[in-house]
Amino acid sequence: MSGVRVLVGTHKGAFILTSDGKRKKWAISKPQFGGLEFYHLKGSPVDPSRIYASQVSDWFGQVMHRSDDGGQTWQTVGNEFKYDGDTGTHQWYDGTPHPWEFKRVWHLEPSLTDPDTVYAGVEDAALFRTSDAGQTWQELAGLRGHGSGPRWAPGAGGMCLHTVLLDPADPERMYIAISAAGAFRTGDAGKTWRPINQGLRSEYIPDPNADVGHCVHHVAFHPSRPDVLFMQKHWDVMRSDNAGESWQEVSGNLPSDFGFVIDVHAHEPETIYVVPIKSDSEHFPPEGKLRVYRSRTGGNEWEALTKGLPQRDCYVNVLRDAMAVDSLDPCGVYFGTTGGQVYASPDGGDSWAPIARNLPAVLSVEVQALP
Amino acid sequence: MLPHHLRNLAQVEAEVKLQVDGPVTQRTVLDALEASYPMLRGTIRDHDTQIRRAYLRFFACKEDLSHDPPDSPLPEAVASGKEPLLIIGAIAGGWDWL
Repeated sequence: MSGVRVLVGTHKGAFILTSDGKRKKWAISKPQFGGLEFYHLKGSPVDPSRIYASQVSDWFGQVMHRSDDGGQTWQTVGNEFKYDGDTGTHQWYDGTPHPWEFKRVWHLEPSLTDPDTVYAGVEDAALFRTSDAGQTWQELAGLRGHGSGPRWAPGAGGMCLHTVLLDPADPERMYIAISAAGAFRTGDAGKTWRPINQGLRSEYIPDPNADVGHCVHHVAFHPSRPDVLFMQKHWDVMRSDNAGESWQEVSGNLPSDFGFVIDVHAHEPETIYVVPIKSDSEHFPPEGKLRVYRSRTGGNEWEALTKGLPQRDCYVNVLRDAMAVDSLDPCGVYFGTTGGQVYASPDGGDSWAPIARNLPAVLSVEVQALP
Repeated sequence: MLPHHLRNLAQVEAEVKLQVDGPVTQRTVLDALEASYPMLRGTIRDHDTQIRRAYLRFFACKEDLSHDPPDSPLPEAVASGKEPLLIIGAIAGGWDWL
């Protein structure tokens, strides 16, 4: 393994952090498109030189970029995300019907097999796909057209589709998650979808056990076990062993089960990571201590990982797409904060070090292990 | 004249010269701009509605033309190339823009 590349989306530009396989010394690129917000960047698993990026601003709207050389140069690609057919309505904050309106791309998920194919999760919640390397985007309208669409509602951050998981074993199957609608699964490449929220309980909606309406913050799985899902919900850390048919809470001994990120160790499918946040009202770590919690048992039993992380006066947040793992051995774990720090652990979470200290607020972190 | 970020996106200097056939209006100027620099599509006006993005303004000859109908003729000085049409990003200083 020749190196590692960390793609960091921030409030004011994108940054690329690089290191060799030891992951001790890091170089930070100049800002890519400095001054503009980058919600997400992600590289193709087929071709690591191919990177897609979502830039958005209130001034200039959505702009999409693609790099074919690992982020050294970029070209602007298509930025038209047009809902397919009748846009219909979802619930607005006051409960009234509100037409779907495209606002931004939250998440990009490149295909596992084709570098020209990428899925884009957007706000207002919908799933788009390009098969021409980003030049044009088409909606997979079966999701938004699911009968529950009129009951979906935005969370405080907007009604965003933020998670896209592609099943390596079955190219027809994928999972997505929406705040605040819940998780959904397709078994026919996105033509039809069904909600997979049984077992979720959310006290902030009229029926806490409703089939849709849950504020899912992030979902992760290990590629070798695509039926086993881990979820950080608005409150509660959850687990499903049957592809989302039912969920069980695995918050266990966490100091708070509110949070945004969740991820799975690259080589240990039962080892998972979260960063507890104090509450939905106070988006910073409990007691001012930045702690990653690791469970080696797939939940319920958690240990605090603190070595190298600030253990006093720390009041940053870690947003939902701001944690990633690399595929090296030992597994590297990375996360970014709203305070502009990016932390890395080259030993599966046992110890941490900041690999960037003074970036703008971090919105997303992805990592590529380079051949 | 383009704002900083759009210059970077289009990889041009601040001032872009455009040839417009027929009436010189906001719409025809932006059509010509987007034809020459397709990467700017959707950044100044909405793809579908063609409505100007709220945080951008159009100035020319010391006048704010932002609210003029898109098919109204631009001042003769702009049409003849003596004066630029300025596309300006709104000033913002709130906490979210820090």
